[in-house]
Amino acid sequence: MHELSLLEGMVQGLEEEARRQGFVRIHQVRLEVGRLSGAEPEALRFAFGPATEGTLAEGAELVLLEAPGTGLCRACGAEVEIGARFDPCPACGEGFVDVTGGTELRIKDIDVE
Amino acid sequence: MCTTCGCGQADLRLDGKAHAHSHGHGLGSDRGGRRRVSLEESLLAKNDALAAGNRRRFAERGILALNLVSSPGSGKTTLLEQTILRLQGRIPVSVIEGDQQTSQDADRIRATGAPALQINTGKGCHLDAHMVGHALDHLDPTEGSVLMIENVGNLVCPAAFDLGEAAKVVILSVTEGEDKPLKYPDMFAAAGLMLLTKVDLLPHLRFDVAQCLAHARRIRPDLQILRVSAQTGEGLEAWIGWIEARRAVAQKA
Ligand SMILES: Nc1nc2c(ncn2[C@@H]2O[C@H](COP(=O)(O)OP(=O)(O)OP(=O)(O)O)[C@@H](O)[C@H]2O)c(=O)[nH]1
Ligand SMILES: [Mg+2]
Ligand SMILES: [Zn+2]
Repeated sequence: MHELSLLEGMVQGLEEEARRQGFVRIHQVRLEVGRLSGAEPEALRFAFGPATEGTLAEGAELVLLEAPGTGLCRACGAEVEIGARFDPCPACGEGFVDVTGGTELRIKDIDVE
Repeated sequence: MCTTCGCGQADLRLDGKAHAHSHGHGLGSDRGGRRRVSLEESLLAKNDALAAGNRRRFAERGILALNLVSSPGSGKTTLLEQTILRLQGRIPVSVIEGDQQTSQDADRIRATGAPALQINTGKGCHLDAHMVGHALDHLDPTEGSVLMIENVGNLVCPAAFDLGEAAKVVILSVTEGEDKPLKYPDMFAAAGLMLLTKVDLLPHLRFDVAQCLAHARRIRPDLQILRVSAQTGEGLEAWIGWIEARRAVAQKA
């Protein structure tokens, strides 16, 4: 359950950003969450309230932009979608899949004033 | 909450003392109305920046820092005690202990004569680079030494948080089951070395070593694995040899 501390770290970064860019309130946070990022969308939604409580993002809307996990099979060369890291290739059933996408966990943008 | 160094952990304690440092920072003035600000920044950016700072500190002083990760009770502290005994008089070792509560592990390490600092993370389920940075200020490991960081017992969260270490060492005891690498792949993927511990218990268990190693290598085909027992000393020589080799690299860098 490290989603809470990830979000707490995020809020600290946002407070710095607020001082740099001169905003005092955050209405919305859009997060890109890859399927292979290790963070669970449900847990992020659950932790967002506690993590933002008493901060400039309190009450803000959290929008999750979910991205699928993708990879390249070493055996058959197929570009495939995978649900978890180290899943065998869904195309040939056996190849080791090198991850090419879906590991991101980042703030895309924020709606502020 | 401290935005200078990133401490949001109100219940973080270093050697029992509450972690507090005051630095005032007011919010900047309001520069205009509602707008969208594009950031494109990783949620781990802050931790990664602090970890890079720790890594620089280690490099400047030729310190080998290892991040020991495992589930609770796999034998990390016992292994550290035995490791310190075997390095005594040759290589200075200091230890950062991470646990949610108690200073028992740091006390056990100090009993061996090695300096140790306890971090209590409270509800926190992992160490992060910020905690380790502060611990370094207090512990001040000597030049050319080995710094062992015993992470909070947890096979999930510590995988995501770089502390600035040279390598993560994942410890799996034979009583935990051979399927753990498949169930917690991120940790095994992040590790630079795996120690299969408590092998002295194998005669009493139905634990398939070959299958466990195969599972680990499915996640990391090139993962180096050593079998050890802190109880009998089996395999500890190879582990000590691994530390010495890595330390030589840390000192040259
Ligand atoms: N048989 C056997 N028991 C061991 C070995 N290493 C540790 N133990 C026992 O395992 C238990 C847990 O050991 P610790 O060293 O405290 O484990 P830990 O990983 O530091 O535990 P936490 O810090 O609480 O996560 C103790 O009862 C140890 O005596 C070993 O190699 N063989
Ligand atoms: Mg311990
Ligand atoms: Zn394939």
